[in-house]
Amino acid sequence: MSAASTVGFGDLHILAVDDSSVDRKLIERLLRSSPFRVTIVDSVKKALELLGSLHTPKVDMIITDYSMPEMTGYDLLKRVKACSALREIPVVIVSSDNIPQRITRCLEDGAEEFLLKPLRQPDLSRLYNLMLRNNNRH
Amino acid sequence: MEYSRRQLNNIKANLFEQGYLDDQFHQIEELQDDASPNFLQEVVTLFFRDTTRLIDTTEQALKKSPQDFRRLDSIMHQFKGSSSSIGALRVKNECSIFRDHCNQGNIEGCLKSFQKVKKELAILRQKLEAYFKLLNQSESVAVKKADR
Repeated sequence: MSAASTVGFGDLHILAVDDSSVDRKLIERLLRSSPFRVTIVDSVKKALELLGSLHTPKVDMIITDYSMPEMTGYDLLKRVKACSALREIPVVIVSSDNIPQRITRCLEDGAEEFLLKPLRQPDLSRLYNLMLRNNNRH
Repeated sequence: MEYSRRQLNNIKANLFEQGYLDDQFHQIEELQDDASPNFLQEVVTLFFRDTTRLIDTTEQALKKSPQDFRRLDSIMHQFKGSSSSIGALRVKNECSIFRDHCNQGNIEGCLKSFQKVKKELAILRQKLEAYFKLLNQSESVAVKKADR
């Protein structure tokens, strides 16, 4: 389903993680306007299962909520960056809390970006451009 | 039927003026399109479903002794997050106050604040139900007119 001038867009895969059903619905709608393949899960555990599975198409970006019960988005970031097979995947952390120390820590520990909720379309457009640059697509 | 359009706009304007809703509600409305024509209502429905559950969870947590303020704060954080995501400003603000009381270990404050959270949620629910009822009515009339 890619436009003629954007061959391969559909190959780029975004994985979104959020335990809130309201926020999952919002991000699903926002990501719908993108040409990328999208997978949305409700826990870090599920995200890690997906990332570790041979059946999962390669993930090109992870967008994760920070505050989740059990494992947090920060935990996911650490796990991804500690794993040689996954560490190149840009991880974007999203939070409803504007806590400078938290933001700094995430960025220092390898997060690509830290965005505040609620997410808007321009936030995502910026992330798409990032993905495209990383993958040398036009 | 023009009357119900005006009523709709008045209800909505009122909700914003009185601080029940903030701009995020508009943002969600803007996301409606042909592929997601009922998006706003779907999100709002999800919100009330989630927050009903969170109210029960909070009630259970408040009964515990000794108080687990961290758990209460964690539940309220979710509550606040969902409220923020749909633009439910008053509910969100009451959730923040609850969390302040949690941080201070003030159970009386939490209990009072929780009553306010529930009250604001109930008021918002009532107002939005009225709004959507009118919206759905006026839309079905528009469809009938278009069919003629």
